Amino acid sequence: MPRAFRTAAGITGLGLLLIVMAAAIFGPFLAPYDPQVFHPTNRLEGPSAAHWLGTDQFGRDLLSRILNGAPSTIFFGLGATLFGVGAGSVIGVIAGTAGGWIDSIIMRILDGLLAVPELLFTLLIVTFLGGGMGQAMLAVAVAFTPGMARIARSSVLSIRTREYVLAAVARGEPSRYIILREVLPNAISPIIVESTIRVAFAIMIGATLGFLGLGAQPPSTEWGLMVAEARQFMFRNAWTVAVPGIAIAMAAMGFNLFGDALRDSLDPKRNE
Amino acid sequence: MTLGYIFRRLMAVILVLFVVTFAVFAITMILPGNAAVMILGEYGTEEAVAAMERILGLDKPWHIQYIDWLVGVLHGDFGQSLRLSLPVADVVGDAFWNSASLAITALLSVTIIAIPLGALAAIKRGSTADLIIGIFSYIGSSMPEFVTATMLLIFVAGPALGLLPAGGFIAINESLGGFTSHVILPATTLGLVLTAHISRQVRSEMSEVLSSDYIRAARLKGLSEHRVIRRHALPNSLAPAVAVISLDIGYLLGGIIVVEEIFAWPGLGRLLIYALENRDLPVIQAITLVLATVYALSNFLSDIAIAILDPRVRYA
Repeated sequence: MPRAFRTAAGITGLGLLLIVMAAAIFGPFLAPYDPQVFHPTNRLEGPSAAHWLGTDQFGRDLLSRILNGAPSTIFFGLGATLFGVGAGSVIGVIAGTAGGWIDSIIMRILDGLLAVPELLFTLLIVTFLGGGMGQAMLAVAVAFTPGMARIARSSVLSIRTREYVLAAVARGEPSRYIILREVLPNAISPIIVESTIRVAFAIMIGATLGFLGLGAQPPSTEWGLMVAEARQFMFRNAWTVAVPGIAIAMAAMGFNLFGDALRDSLDPKRNE
Repeated sequence: MTLGYIFRRLMAVILVLFVVTFAVFAITMILPGNAAVMILGEYGTEEAVAAMERILGLDKPWHIQYIDWLVGVLHGDFGQSLRLSLPVADVVGDAFWNSASLAITALLSVTIIAIPLGALAAIKRGSTADLIIGIFSYIGSSMPEFVTATMLLIFVAGPALGLLPAGGFIAINESLGGFTSHVILPATTLGLVLTAHISRQVRSEMSEVLSSDYIRAARLKGLSEHRVIRRHALPNSLAPAVAVISLDIGYLLGGIIVVEEIFAWPGLGRLLIYALENRDLPVIQAITLVLATVYALSNFLSDIAIAILDPRVRYA
């Protein structure tokens, strides 16, 4: 395993990521109870042998709800990032390789879009598209696009003038070969690192939209929505908001730590 | 620093803001909802709606509408709120100062705490203090504002302790004590993520500086460690810190939307959520433009600050 993943931070990140991904893939099958069934006699209980993480305002088992909500929360982050990174990279690579006035126009538009804070941008798009999980995912993806385009462009620009690219140009290689075989493979690692960290951010924005009532809709078990629904009862049983809150933080932290370790292992200066 | 540099940066800011006005106008043009119908209510007759559209200028082509709106904005006239029947400039103006008092409090406390914290972690690299700061910064940057805010409400403002008010606002010129007790929780919520981010960045910049040749030279010269840090290491780590803070202002401006909503702080964020829920287009336009302007101007000021702190930028 690369050295960066053998540090405490790298191991923690990898561990959290494995737990979170396992929950996202197998969670709904592992849930001990039906996440939607009310148990009116067991409302707002603390952790016990029967309910490991306690129960919510309707007596629903919190552990089951967390496991059931893992796919919608995690795959939201992955999906939004994937679309945002894809669109952003295409725009950034076009700007970076084209240069000249095409580059200038694209960059000025991106600068304008980047001047609008990301959450505000997302909220505007969600309002336009209407609330809901798919709309929220698209909104986050669109909001991520300008930032990713900038990173893709700058990494293409820094590679375009390297000797091995100039050598390929001097050999008379076609430009398609140069872009696909020389520039892209080398430009891609900053994009991968940035997108790993962005997944954490996308999960947090997705949960925030769910919390504000603009993302996942009831009776979804998306974690942000769980916090919003339990807030009325938080003084009677703090577990109802703490459990989904900590789950969001764990997921975001897993991707953050993993992204940092990835950056260190891809950076030759830090990985002697 | 040359005036030419400032001028070029200022022109770039104006260009960005021009693109923003266009984007803001485009977004509100495609947002669902007809302003004339909103004012008249669902039961307005067709003739009444058409008449209202003429009054509001909605019957004109979109580029004329854009120019009319832009000319109004440049005169400080953002139109009339569709829901509050007040001039948008008044509503947004009041909210702006309330938000500013919260954002500035958060940003100042973060700067005072985060830079020494990051520097300490870099100087004592590998120590327990470094580890604790590192763990804190990872936890801090992984908690969305609404989670932090909810936790703070339970543990600090909840019935168990009840130390601070759970929400609301008192203007700073009415009562300083009242303002302080209301600002602590929202400012802490906003500050946690920023402190985590900025201290981590300062730590990594400072570690890089500390392992550079001129620091070794300063040590070999026999300078005291205190002097090496204060005179050589810290000044060279400050320019990147300013750059990070200015980027984080964008994050802060997004964060206030959620935090104001949770703590019932009557600022731009809370007004924006109200306006989005009620499709109050002129208010949405004005708030987006104000937030983007603040962000663009703070980036401009930080570029100037970086040029003052780092001569290499100035002469590049």
